[in-house]
Amino acid sequence: MTLRDVKEILQAQVVCGESRLDEEVKVAGASDLMSDVLAFGMPGLLLLTGLSNAQSVRTAIIIDAKAVVYVRGKMPDAAGAKLADEKGLPILSTKLMMYKSCGLLYSRGLPGISDFLAQGR
Amino acid sequence: MAEENGLSQVFEITGKDFGRAGTISTKIKEILQEIGIDSAVIRRAAIAAYEAEMNIVMYAQRGTLTLTLTPTAIRLDVDDEGPGIEDIELAMQEGFSTATDEMREMGFGAGMGLPNIRKNSDEFAISSTPGKGTSIDVVLNLNQVAE
Repeated sequence: MTLRDVKEILQAQVVCGESRLDEEVKVAGASDLMSDVLAFGMPGLLLLTGLSNAQSVRTAIIIDAKAVVYVRGKMPDAAGAKLADEKGLPILSTKLMMYKSCGLLYSRGLPGISDFLAQGR
Repeated sequence: MAEENGLSQVFEITGKDFGRAGTISTKIKEILQEIGIDSAVIRRAAIAAYEAEMNIVMYAQRGTLTLTLTPTAIRLDVDDEGPGIEDIELAMQEGFSTATDEMREMGFGAGMGLPNIRKNSDEFAISSTPGKGTSIDVVLNLNQVAE
């Protein structure tokens, strides 16, 4: 699915990266723990998180994530928003909670990391 | 500045400066991207650098991260002045952590840092003197040579 599909499914607001919404996302992961994102994340990941400080943006950039979705209506802090804008990292924000956000994307066919790896992709 | 057969740059990292935590690693990633190194290697180097940088910010008073590029490898030499590590074997275990609530609120301190640095390295060495500091040396090979 594309980031635009993600935006519509999650009724999300685009914080930055509007020009990249037609890019495809093939795998998603959710965590508020950036330690785990660094350990288990993968390139191209759609990162769903409730951690809205600059570390979430830095972590996403470090692991070559495709985009970040902030759940529970959170927005990036000033440093995170500036960095995402500089790096062209798309950021979405949805008012939905984490569990529902993941469930909606998963049920629409966006696999998690373990599924993605099991598919041998 | 030149060092042996490569180019070397030293980055200063300030302990407890959570606002700037991660900026050095982001800069290192930019440098490696400008050089045109393979993206998979850059990603591993960036993750190792970020984990090491976060460790200095979280635990040490100050430290340095030295990036050295040679024709065949990326080296990350990390040295800090801090509390050091009493039991390195224990600290290398996934999930072992002495993190504070402040560190966890930043999304860190899950006890994955040191194991994750090792996982992303081709060569990894750590030494520590309790009460003085910790050194980590990481090498990522640029060219896989058939043996």
